[in-house]
Amino acid sequence: MLIKLPKASDCKESDVTPESFYLSRRALLGSSLAGLAVSSLPRWASAEDAMRYADVEPGKAPTWFADKLPQTKWQAVTVKGEAITPFKDATHYNNFYEFGTDKGDPAQNAGALKTEPWTVVVDGEVGKPGRYALEDFMKPYQLEERIYRLRCVEAWSMVIPWMGFPISALLKQVEPTSKAKFIRFETLQDPKVMPGQRSGFALIDWPYVEGLRLDEAMNPLAILAVGMYGRELPNQNGAPLRLVVPWKYGFKSVKSIVRISLVEEQPKTTWQSIAADEYGFYANVNPQVDHPRWTQARERRLPSGLFSPNVRDTQMFNGYADEVASLYTGLDLRKNY
Amino acid sequence: MKFLPWRIGVFIAAVIWPLLWLYEAWSFALGPDPGKVLVDRLGLGTLILLLVTLSMTPLQKLTGWSGWIAVRRQIGLWCFAYVVLHLCAYLTFVLGFDWSQLGVELRKRPYIIVGSLGFLCLLALAVTSNRYSQRRLGARWKKLHRLVYAIVGLGLLHMLWIVRADLKEWSVYAFIGVCLLALRIPLVMSRIPRLYKKKPVSVA
Repeated sequence: MLIKLPKASDCKESDVTPESFYLSRRALLGSSLAGLAVSSLPRWASAEDAMRYADVEPGKAPTWFADKLPQTKWQAVTVKGEAITPFKDATHYNNFYEFGTDKGDPAQNAGALKTEPWTVVVDGEVGKPGRYALEDFMKPYQLEERIYRLRCVEAWSMVIPWMGFPISALLKQVEPTSKAKFIRFETLQDPKVMPGQRSGFALIDWPYVEGLRLDEAMNPLAILAVGMYGRELPNQNGAPLRLVVPWKYGFKSVKSIVRISLVEEQPKTTWQSIAADEYGFYANVNPQVDHPRWTQARERRLPSGLFSPNVRDTQMFNGYADEVASLYTGLDLRKNY
Repeated sequence: MKFLPWRIGVFIAAVIWPLLWLYEAWSFALGPDPGKVLVDRLGLGTLILLLVTLSMTPLQKLTGWSGWIAVRRQIGLWCFAYVVLHLCAYLTFVLGFDWSQLGVELRKRPYIIVGSLGFLCLLALAVTSNRYSQRRLGARWKKLHRLVYAIVGLGLLHMLWIVRADLKEWSVYAFIGVCLLALRIPLVMSRIPRLYKKKPVSVA
């Protein structure tokens, strides 16, 4: 066996600059020299936006997404004093059980998912129900970058720059009736491309369903995301459309949404159906209420190195108490976990 | 010593995995949460080694080769070594040496309680694995070491309670465990066929 010990000065394969970046450097140089308005040229614009964060794998943005980039409100919400999780970690350490239960499975298997064309159904207690092609669905909205903490119920966390729009803007479009009390989201069900849905041992009754109270959905922090790190969502992160609710555990933020319904009754959500004593409907990040199998008082902020474990205290409502605590006044959070 | 190359081979096969994982963790090949990956792999390694230990006797019955029994104690001790590493990794990377929290976990979490019980049982077996203890304990030694059957149950329960949504992997280990335990029923054990006849002593 040949054992190769790298010298300290050696470059690792991961250090190699992707060819597309190397080439796009010229496009950038050229554009600045010529004093061209980069934003008016979609092709160059995407080269510029891929550079917003280090080591971002450039994707193949659909036209509607590329067209929205120049008007995007960058850093509309940020987190103070916290480092953004490296792109590689945010895209290769995922829970997306439709593609397998290992953290690496989604990155490995989600490539088969076709996100174009994509249809979203809006139904239930709304004045304007409908079935939309995603590009039409997205037409009314301006993209905003929201840098949020993400706290998983498994006690790890990240910081991710999402791109999306507030759910309140959607609700304005579809006009909920007076009967609408909750909003229900449903993930794609397609066992052909989702190996997790083919497993005979899965405890989950597909499709994956999540929901919010209407006033929670109206909170300005709750968004529907279509991008992250300045590009469209990678498949394993819930392309092309996902929910992001930063004050709740990650499993509330349902991925690859195909159906949005306004409903009168509290929807039966997936994890609640499997183990109601472990996963509640609210699932607000709360260091005082433990998961029956582990503590929620602390979290591992990823990346957490072997010799420098990054363990920190979990904050109430994941640090968004000022914005959302008023939603729950009078509610016993120990009972309504 | 009999079967020396075989024993050394088993030694290398068991020691190589933790070293490889440590190297992977050190070179950032285990992703953003290497501590958790190490805890999980060491735990699974413990269970696998436990099942391997339990398959030595049936294999010996099946093949008639006494080399299986010759490495049984070694593999059992490797199982103990893995569980010690598993525990250390848990204390370091999951608990962050928060001892007061350990007290809470030991009181409140069934899977931690079951895991700790399994560890204590393995400790008892490892401590009494030497010839001196065998002689001291006499007939009681065999009884004590039947504890290993209970440890399989504890280990599988410990793993089951960590599963969140897919039972496939667990079912595979549980099936193997149940088969190995079923082989211990005297009626079943005595019916294991001998695959090869012992070589007749060649007469010149």
